[in-house]
Amino acid sequence: MQRNKIQWTNIAFQLGAVALALGFTTLVLLLADAPPLEAYKNLIIGSFGSTKKFSDVLVAWAPLMLATTGLLVTFTAGLWNIGIEGQITLGAIFTTGVLRALQDTSAAPTLILILAILSGMIGGALWAALVGALKTFGGVNEIFGGLGMNFVATALTLWLIFGPWKRPGIGSMSGTEPFPEALWLPQIAGLRLSIWSVVITIAALICIYILLKGTYFGLRLKAVGRNMRSSFILGIPTWQYMMASFLLCGALAGLAGAIQVTAVYHRLIPSISSGYGFLGLLVAMLVNYQALWTLPVALFFAALNIGSIQLPIVLKLDSSLSGVLQGALVLSVIIMEGVRQRFLKAARERS
Amino acid sequence: MSLETILTGLAGVLAAAAPVIFAAIGETLTERSGVINLSANGKILLAAMAGFAVAVSTNNLLLGCLAGMLIGSLVAAVVAFSSITLRQSQVAVGFVLALMCRDLSYFLGNPYMGLSGPRIPSLPIPVLSDLPVIGVIFFRQDILTYLSYVLIFAAWVWIFKTRPGLMLQGVGEKPAAAFVRGANVNRMRYIYTLVGGALIGLAGPTYSLSVKAGWKGTISGLDGIGWIALAITIFGGWNPLRAAFGAYLFALLQWLGLVLQPSLPDIPSQVLQVAPFPLMILTLLLVNIGNTEWVERVLASLPEGVRHAIARLIRSLRASPPAALGTPFEQE
Amino acid sequence: MNVELIGICKTFGPVKANDNIHLRIPSGTIQGILGENGAGKSTLMKVLSGFIQADQGVILLDGKEVRIHSPADAIHYGVGMLHQDPLDFPPMKVIENFIAGSPGKIVPNSKEVIARFYELQQQFDFALDPQAHVDRLTVGERQQLEILRLLWLGAQVLILDEPTTGISSLQKIKLFETLRKLAAQGKTIIFVSHKLEDVEQLCHRVAVLRRGQLVGEATPPYQMDDLVQMMFGKVVSFGGRESYKPGEIALELKGVSIEDYRMRIGPVNLQARKREVIGLAGMEGSGQLLFLRACAGLIRPTAGRMVVNGKDLTGKSYHAFLKNGVVYMPASRMEEGLVPGCSLMEHFVLARDQAGFFVDWDGAKKTARDQIAAYNIHGRPDSTVESLSGGNQQRALLALMRTPASLILMEHPTRGLDIESTLYIWSLLKGRCSDQDSAILFISSDLDEILQYSDRILVFFAGRVSPALDAASISVDQLGQLIGGRGWDAF
Repeated sequence: MQRNKIQWTNIAFQLGAVALALGFTTLVLLLADAPPLEAYKNLIIGSFGSTKKFSDVLVAWAPLMLATTGLLVTFTAGLWNIGIEGQITLGAIFTTGVLRALQDTSAAPTLILILAILSGMIGGALWAALVGALKTFGGVNEIFGGLGMNFVATALTLWLIFGPWKRPGIGSMSGTEPFPEALWLPQIAGLRLSIWSVVITIAALICIYILLKGTYFGLRLKAVGRNMRSSFILGIPTWQYMMASFLLCGALAGLAGAIQVTAVYHRLIPSISSGYGFLGLLVAMLVNYQALWTLPVALFFAALNIGSIQLPIVLKLDSSLSGVLQGALVLSVIIMEGVRQRFLKAARERS
Repeated sequence: MSLETILTGLAGVLAAAAPVIFAAIGETLTERSGVINLSANGKILLAAMAGFAVAVSTNNLLLGCLAGMLIGSLVAAVVAFSSITLRQSQVAVGFVLALMCRDLSYFLGNPYMGLSGPRIPSLPIPVLSDLPVIGVIFFRQDILTYLSYVLIFAAWVWIFKTRPGLMLQGVGEKPAAAFVRGANVNRMRYIYTLVGGALIGLAGPTYSLSVKAGWKGTISGLDGIGWIALAITIFGGWNPLRAAFGAYLFALLQWLGLVLQPSLPDIPSQVLQVAPFPLMILTLLLVNIGNTEWVERVLASLPEGVRHAIARLIRSLRASPPAALGTPFEQE
Repeated sequence: MNVELIGICKTFGPVKANDNIHLRIPSGTIQGILGENGAGKSTLMKVLSGFIQADQGVILLDGKEVRIHSPADAIHYGVGMLHQDPLDFPPMKVIENFIAGSPGKIVPNSKEVIARFYELQQQFDFALDPQAHVDRLTVGERQQLEILRLLWLGAQVLILDEPTTGISSLQKIKLFETLRKLAAQGKTIIFVSHKLEDVEQLCHRVAVLRRGQLVGEATPPYQMDDLVQMMFGKVVSFGGRESYKPGEIALELKGVSIEDYRMRIGPVNLQARKREVIGLAGMEGSGQLLFLRACAGLIRPTAGRMVVNGKDLTGKSYHAFLKNGVVYMPASRMEEGLVPGCSLMEHFVLARDQAGFFVDWDGAKKTARDQIAAYNIHGRPDSTVESLSGGNQQRALLALMRTPASLILMEHPTRGLDIESTLYIWSLLKGRCSDQDSAILFISSDLDEILQYSDRILVFFAGRVSPALDAASISVDQLGQLIGGRGWDAF
């Protein structure tokens, strides 16, 4: 087949994947006795309907994008960093810890914020380093090590919220005592969005993009991910590179956690990661790990999350519809990719 | 604490372990054939919701259980189709399904939230249930718990003592060798993935109709169980007996967490609930560490007697996965 | 059982693996099938054993036409095959391997099967423990297990693919004895090999394949020259050996012992000098691989000292060896040498030391072009390595070797390559010896290659290592004896 024709086939299959996902979600909506068009309309209005709503999308986008960016690094190294949820959580815990320790001192708020965010990155990196050490020195698959660490991170959060960091009086699921506004990342007037979180996120994406595409580190990481044994024989210190990718991903996840605390919730809450780690894994899979595509796709996924918030109020539907749609998209892209490969192979054999 | 509390507590441990056993053995069968099904976590939630919904609507417990198993098989069919037929990453597909099915269960289960529904009655076994101590612990359970006892041994016998079971081991170990022995490798993988999926699915209704009866959406407390079952599969070294031991250990620790709670008022219950996890990581570390290169290097530098002793110890702890786990089979 | 193959044809893409092959094998015969690697022996046997289907042609068993669709089908007709790498289940027990795939009740009667197993193995004087785990057996014992299993299933025709590779000489004697006994019982034995001496010893008749065609048949007494001519087309005559004056010591081993769970090697003393080529000979699995990997720092020796260029590197990591000029080239190119998915250009960047933080991609492209031209690789800088042919992959690996290298360690440098590529690769390697003063240690299962290119030879047998023998004064016969485990008392 000519190159041109193959390209059109690819596009056709991608469109097919989107249609498949929409079809499935529509079926689910019909099953739940809900009007599909109404539901989709609400998703769109709920996310792009007004400046305020779109700014909310960006609020969700920043941490999701940071997590995804970190995952690009671990995926390049061939690692499934499922422990990213815990790494976000630890980032949030470390950030909260520093903010609590310094909020009553005379240090400048800007300095406190910078320190808090940096320690959030350290926290995430530490948690990732544990998973990495379990993998490289203990032979524990990173998927299971990571899952376990996620649960431990959740337990740690709960213990802090109900224990040492509980609100005056009695601890509750609503989290720790909120920080004074001086310790928030500055927000745009009238909106929940902090421009700083967007700036930090874009800077991180650019750095990682350059790191992966243009540096020795990125190339070697790719080699380690494709074939660890060959890379080792070629002279690459493989376990150090795997550890480095865990640390880098953990630091970015920790940064996402720090943003959640300093720019979104202004305190530590039980589900501080908002599931952005797992969602980031879906985003990375959906774009087949291409750095630049993560930006719009993460924005779209964030929009679905925000758009679904009003579903329970308007249509009496659960907001988990966004998760169904996101999962269906990734799944149908994977399945259509498999069908496409078979189709092309069959076409090659015919000619 | 009175003796009676302890005995009923232990009986509760056995019942609470039943769904984990279903899931872990289902996964063991699947992985023995060479397929990783990572979707258990979402699948159990979806099956729990569906089982409850069906049981509530039809007022029929059996249909509820069957619905859960059907859901399990359907989700497993997606994993099987995309990995065996379409040769896509098993890990990726399983993981996406784990997330999507969870959200699907919350979305579709919305109307059933907090409804009161039927519950599987306990069924004391005559004579046996009157035995002192043992009767209270083992024989005053419901039918699903009895089924879990049976399943442990049935699965063990099937895998290790029957002709099809030997072939199952072979398919996961070296598919080419199974193929020359007449096995239809991909068909067997489909079958075991579907059967394993049905068992994992059964864990759902076991929760929603018995262990934690009802459907409470995100606060059902089931999120995470599937991941635990996967960890227990590895902990069990792909052997149903060892997996069952892992499941009981897990349930026991959770119970101990609850029992100890009053004496540790500062610690919220959720913290004690995760107590098994660090232990799980530690055991995974123990069974895996012998496979790492640095251990071999360190061993080589030790004096001979010590070296052989340690090597033996490590080898006895080690659990190796089926050699062909996760790799597709293509016959020439 | 009489086997008749009529007009078998099988093509893979442009390659005619089997081209109109006719062969009659009467019952009770041991039929040898000779041919070089890639001559079409395996394809023919896979057709007969149901692994693949022929494009054209007919198979007759006892005069009846059969269509064999799968290996299971084949055994149903009484055709069983022993593969070169035994197709068994290593972590399972002998008796479980024996049972798996056999017809019968769901729960097999172990007692009965074990009794049958003993009965069968007694016929051939095998001594396998039915409760032993297969991964603890030698290749020879695993063969015995497969033979018993196939006979139990009713095999009348037994195909053996290169069965003498990797087994001890005692086991080989036993194997031959067994095959003769089976032939006497009226079974048909098909013995596939590229080893002339095995065929000569054992076979009642020989068929020779070359490039997919049956080029001749022979019966005893065999004329060795004729067989060789049929296999290779013309007798290959090598040019004279090229040697360079050895320089200072590149690698010195002092009482080095190496151990893994099935073998203990050494202690070995050796001095490898610069510009010297040392061949490591021995049947596969005799310890040469462990030895070579230890020399590269990939395995840590349990005793002794290793000195590279006067520097004691005992117990240091592979990367420390690499920094000190030790280069290692594994045999499995795509598993241990190259990175699939990365381009040639990326490989050249990966194999060089880091220069700065950012990769200079323009410079890299230029380097890649130069290297591609210098090493005669058929590919572009952006070709991924998996798209290259085997010979080109091997040349790429050579191009990736770091310079300067004082010690080059290679597993099977030319395995699976055609003559042209082989000659080219050795000219490159010899060039490294003469121009860059490298010492070379290489493993090969091809005796001609060992004799042709080595200055000295180390022979391995079951973990024993011979002193370095002068290649110029040793004969093929002597070498063959040592490899087979004879004549070791002299050391």
